[in-house]
Amino acid sequence: MTVRKLIIAATALALIALPFVYRQPYHLHVLVLILIWSFAYTSWSIMGRFGLVSLGHGGFMGVGAYVTALLWNHLGVSPWIGIPLALLAAGLLAVVVGYPCFRFRIIGHYFALVTLALSGIVLQVITATRDHTGGSLGYTPERTKGSVLVAVQFVDKETWYLIALLVWALGLLIWYRVDASMLRHAMEAISEDEDAAAAAGVNVTAEKLKITVLSAMMTAFAGALYCQYQMFISPDTVSGISVSLQMVFAAVVGGIYVALGPTVGAVITILLAEALRIGFGTAAVGWDNLIYGVLLVCFIVLLPQGILGSLLERSSGAAK
Amino acid sequence: MNFAFFEVFDIYLLEAVVNGILLGGVLALMALGLNLIFGVIDVVWICYAELIMIGMYGLYYAFAVYGLPMWIAAPMCIALVAVLGLMLHYIVIRPLLDAAPINQLLATGGVLFFLQSFATVAFGIDFRNLGIRLPVLAIGEMHFSYARLLAFLAALAGMVTIYLFMTRTYIGTAIRAIAQDRQIMVLMGVDSRRLYLVTSALGGALAGLAACLLVLQYDVHPFVGLSFGPITFMIVVLGGLGNFIGGFVASFVFAEIISLGGLYSDLEWGYVLAFAFFILMMFARPQGLLTRRS
Amino acid sequence: MLLLKGLVKRFGGFAAVNNVSFEVERGEILGLIGPNGSGKSTIFNVLSGTYRPTAGSILFDGHEIAGLAPHQIINRGIGRTFQIPRPFRRLSVFDNVALAGYYGQGRHSRAKAQASAERALAVVGLSVDARAEVGGLGAAGLKKLELAKALATEPKLLLADESLGGLDEQEMSRAAEMLRRIRDEMGITIIWVEHIMGVLMRVVDRVIVLDHGEKIAEGSPGAVANNPKVIEVYLGTQAQAVQQELATASHAEGAPS
Repeated sequence: MTVRKLIIAATALALIALPFVYRQPYHLHVLVLILIWSFAYTSWSIMGRFGLVSLGHGGFMGVGAYVTALLWNHLGVSPWIGIPLALLAAGLLAVVVGYPCFRFRIIGHYFALVTLALSGIVLQVITATRDHTGGSLGYTPERTKGSVLVAVQFVDKETWYLIALLVWALGLLIWYRVDASMLRHAMEAISEDEDAAAAAGVNVTAEKLKITVLSAMMTAFAGALYCQYQMFISPDTVSGISVSLQMVFAAVVGGIYVALGPTVGAVITILLAEALRIGFGTAAVGWDNLIYGVLLVCFIVLLPQGILGSLLERSSGAAK
Repeated sequence: MNFAFFEVFDIYLLEAVVNGILLGGVLALMALGLNLIFGVIDVVWICYAELIMIGMYGLYYAFAVYGLPMWIAAPMCIALVAVLGLMLHYIVIRPLLDAAPINQLLATGGVLFFLQSFATVAFGIDFRNLGIRLPVLAIGEMHFSYARLLAFLAALAGMVTIYLFMTRTYIGTAIRAIAQDRQIMVLMGVDSRRLYLVTSALGGALAGLAACLLVLQYDVHPFVGLSFGPITFMIVVLGGLGNFIGGFVASFVFAEIISLGGLYSDLEWGYVLAFAFFILMMFARPQGLLTRRS
Repeated sequence: MLLLKGLVKRFGGFAAVNNVSFEVERGEILGLIGPNGSGKSTIFNVLSGTYRPTAGSILFDGHEIAGLAPHQIINRGIGRTFQIPRPFRRLSVFDNVALAGYYGQGRHSRAKAQASAERALAVVGLSVDARAEVGGLGAAGLKKLELAKALATEPKLLLADESLGGLDEQEMSRAAEMLRRIRDEMGITIIWVEHIMGVLMRVVDRVIVLDHGEKIAEGSPGAVANNPKVIEVYLGTQAQAVQQELATASHAEGAPS
């Protein structure tokens, strides 16, 4: 146990020290992206691991990004307040969609399709309000002339790296906390036999809602962070079906039953996208998703546990 | 003055209602395809809208680029998507028939990715148009595009054909039987694999027909599937996955909501309204959605 | 403690439970028997909240509970086992019971839930293999797990649903004794549904007999066993076995149970 803690501590120190030793801006940029998306993918798998497979998390991410940006641009509300509000909005959306689903036992196929429709609709809302949101052309938060801290618009990559690292670590912490909680046991029971869980005293609707709202809020946070970092958002990069599927793909490939699985998925997907971009330039547009598509199908057919999950299973011999 | 305004208001409303019915026809066609696949094979093709998108490109290239006459191009397009449906089943669905439903969904999600990107890489992201300008039918103050009317009639024809196929042919009857009870298959001595392939081809053909009808009215681009995909899924969920009548009815209900919503505001708000309606319906139907399979 | 008044449960046109009324005294073990299809399990399902009653009222400690959700009824102190055990195979034996303890008691304290779980497992005799997986349990073990889960919710009233199914003679006796001990030592009132009657009749204080959704007899085991209507309903064979059991029991104890 202490050896493990030492390794974790050492890795943490190395990760924190990285930007001070190695300052290549482009590489730091890629790392920031990996960290932010890892957090997003981890948020998805907090739900996904219990069989609540949502194909609509792009909707929550979009809400997080756009609400934060809109509040800043139109009302001058600092993201320090705007982000919590965005999380609230995402949570509300999760409840509005989740409650009827869970109360009336909409699961599996149906649930996935409902969430799919959700993300599609969020995209439509963003496009419909194009006068305010810029529609498909995208939206830019205004550069602050005042405090960078208040506006959460840091310029240097090192700061963003550390923020992203902190958030990523927070995501893992949340994952572990859920893993150790009674909520986890309840969700495992629910995913195995919902009626028996209810008969054991579990308020199935409430527990499912809890995990969904948590997941939605975390995903919205990822969206807000992405917005503040990139300083540009558009409906198809932060919301919609493609983003939703991308999340699922990355989490599945990396392994949804393991804490670091989604992170592995993020590393793979982002490095792949960057490699293609560098290799093919603008001609690479679309090739990354093409490969994702093929890989996703292959993975589903051949490796239902995901990469990390399968590896761990084979090495420890225990399914966890 | 007041009366005149009221009259105009009425006319636009009526026009929207009729347009809704016309739109409903094509939506019903798509819903039928999805329901057919689910009802028989118990799988949802998440990439259904993308199959239609490829079909739309197919017709565009056949008709607008290579100059084939419509009476050749359209059947080619239908056949193309039918083959795509076959391939989808054979390559992706068949190995996953016994897998968890969510894996099946994710696999078709992967195909969705693939098709969208394929279209982006192969055809570029520009909007393409058939370039056909069909005349507009004017009835009083109302205007209806012939393209829409044609689409509606063709959709109806397509659905009637399927209905006849399902009721008058042996294969069709077998499909209906299997849709009701999977175990019967073996007892009837029917080859389930062949049946699934036929169903997949049929589902693809329906998508192909929908593609022809849609490309008459709308531009095609790699992500056009995102415009009608979510709506189609809401339709089949509300109508009940696998429930043909339910899907048919739900198509027109949603079409009217979209059309009327578009009357008073932008088209996208019609979609939003439809989703709000969808959520409301989920609340209002505590007995659960009409399903034959849960 | 529990009062059913005019309980009716219809499925479509079929009345599974038709105007059943009875009372359960605190601290008693009440047997609920009847042939297959008599409505015993349906009554349990209504009591536990799985079904909503079509009509009638259910008063538990003076409060109306008809129509409440299952988790609400459990939180009020009615626990239940199932005829066919439905354990959660992804959780360990202990976690199964702790889960029930935690949620059954209203999600207050994890420590309390674990304490209740340990006690429940001890009562049913499963403490030894507590951390083990569910897969290692046999039929008797699964039944014990079911019981432990129900006990961990710290119920005031236990609905025991066909606890003897799938067990051999020896196990059946032990199961019956366990129910009696649960009442004696833990002060839990028990309603026991069973259709293997012999063992039940030795343990219960009172019996209610159902047939086709209606109550046809109520009283002490001896009285009910000799009731001509009951005998008729059970086609004789079971009633004979019951009478023999009672005869042996009264010879051994010197008093009817």
